[in-house]
Amino acid sequence: MSRVEVRNLWKEYGDQVVLERISMDVAPHSFVSLVGPSGCGKSTFLRMLLSQETPTRGTILVDGQPLANEPQPDRGVVFQKYSVFPHLTAVENVALGLEFERAPVTGRLFGRARRAALDEAGALLEGVGLAAARGKYPAQLSGGMQQRLAIAQALARKPRILLLDEPFGALDPGIRADIHDLMLSVWWDTRMTVFMVSHDLREAFYLGTRVVAFDRPTEKDAARFGARITFDIALDPAAPIKERLREAEHGTATDDLGEELAAMAAQADRDDPAPAPSTRRDDPAPRDGETA
Amino acid sequence: MTRLVNRHPDRPTRLLLAMLPFALLIAAYAIGSDMRLAENPNDKLLPSFTALGDAITRMAFTPDKRTGDYLLWVDTVASLTRIAGGVAIATVFGLLVGVSVGLLPYARATLGGFLSAVAMIPPLAILPILFILFGLGELSKFVLVFAGIGPFIARDIAMRVAELPTEQIVKAQTLGASTWQICTRVVLPQMWPRLMDSVRLSLGAAWLFLIAAEAVASQDGLGYRIFLVRRYLAMDVILPYVAWITLLAFSFDWLLRVLQARLFPWFAPEGASR
Ligand SMILES: Nc1ncnc2c1ncn2[C@@H]1O[C@H](COP(=O)(O)OP(=O)(O)O)[C@@H](O)[C@H]1O
Ligand SMILES: [Mg+2]
Repeated sequence: MSRVEVRNLWKEYGDQVVLERISMDVAPHSFVSLVGPSGCGKSTFLRMLLSQETPTRGTILVDGQPLANEPQPDRGVVFQKYSVFPHLTAVENVALGLEFERAPVTGRLFGRARRAALDEAGALLEGVGLAAARGKYPAQLSGGMQQRLAIAQALARKPRILLLDEPFGALDPGIRADIHDLMLSVWWDTRMTVFMVSHDLREAFYLGTRVVAFDRPTEKDAARFGARITFDIALDPAAPIKERLREAEHGTATDDLGEELAAMAAQADRDDPAPAPSTRRDDPAPRDGETA
Repeated sequence: MTRLVNRHPDRPTRLLLAMLPFALLIAAYAIGSDMRLAENPNDKLLPSFTALGDAITRMAFTPDKRTGDYLLWVDTVASLTRIAGGVAIATVFGLLVGVSVGLLPYARATLGGFLSAVAMIPPLAILPILFILFGLGELSKFVLVFAGIGPFIARDIAMRVAELPTEQIVKAQTLGASTWQICTRVVLPQMWPRLMDSVRLSLGAAWLFLIAAEAVASQDGLGYRIFLVRRYLAMDVILPYVAWITLLAFSFDWLLRVLQARLFPWFAPEGASR
């Protein structure tokens, strides 16, 4: 549970401005969904929150402190792919963080200490519904199970911030619904502040307490202008919008909002394959609550 | 009509097909040998199977008149010791240097270019230098095998380490891993099976360098014997020696492959479905 303040953040790669003037103040225990056309810098933003990249300008403060200059266990991460280690079984993958913590020199626990770590890891696996897959290697798990494993693994060190980069993007819709519920209960129980990049607007609205969209202001001169925040909506996690979104997702909603959201989602799906941001013509959604 | 790309032989057929080229080669040899011997019973080029059998008995199962040694076994032990020593040093070197260069930007900046350059030196061209530096004894043979395959293994491992998804290295850091822990728990364990592949690929070259070194300066060894009896055109000895070397090399390759599958069940080679 951490407050995150982003102050006037810029990121440039050579001549290309990827992000500019990104500012946001994120309350502790928020669930921030980040949306926007592909290539607009969502992953780049997440990598800066992770300290995998340094901002060209601006600062990120966590609970008032500047970020460490390299990834630390206070910020966990789940990527779309390659989040888990292929050479370790499910339970070993989860226990690895504990071994790093408790065996600084060897990175490996033995005997009773190892059994204790494996028990803790087993409990975490049970929490994400993977108790039966304990001894399996990631390659033997389905995509959805691998992402559950990645979540359990990220939780082992009890991070206060969790960063998710399109974690469910490669999963079938049916599997996604379950893992969404898992994600919500994990977020609620751990009180973590979560940032999730998603290309699925329904998912973004369903899970988030806040939806932030990035987009470039103009289509001309794409390289000279970075993406900014084009809308930033605070959502009440208990609001009925969730229910209607759910219905929209299952195609049963007939009211205006359901249709509007379905249209937004369809638009997002259409835009998704577009490789370059400059090909994009319209905003992903109405610009209410614009802050940029 | 099923397309040719979709037609698979069943198990017995596959076995039969696999043996076919060997059978053909042996048959061709037998015919050629018969024809030449019919023309000239003293022909040495393609000795008959009886002559080959005699030579094998003489080299492998009869003590040498002068020294009392069983020459084939003495040669085999000498050669295997050299190749095992050279390959072992090259493997350790390749792993240490490869992992450092693949994982640490400072090591890559320092050694990356150097390694690429060194790997381009033709090892046989420096053979005379090795003999001058290390003498004609065992050491120069180890060094030649090492110089021949060490840089290759190092470069290969460096590439395999660099191929590990960045996500894994970042993920380990978010789990609190130090550089050393990343090395021992994330990188090294994933390199073992790849190292075995790398060694398998370099074994052929290792034999080449070993035999070259033995041919030039040695008192024993499989390569030494082949080049020694060449003076008498003793094909009856050379051919079984070549077959024996091939069998040894093939067995190591097979052994490494089986060990890899046994020890690293999680490792799916490139192209295998996940
Ligand atoms: N390491 C890098 N070097 C140069 N350009 C990069 C690098 N990483 C990302 N980019 C560029 O930054 C832009 C944003 O990328 P990314 O953050 O991955 O977008 P998103 O996650 O929103 O799809 C892209 O145009 C990409 O080409
Ligand atoms: Mg991305």
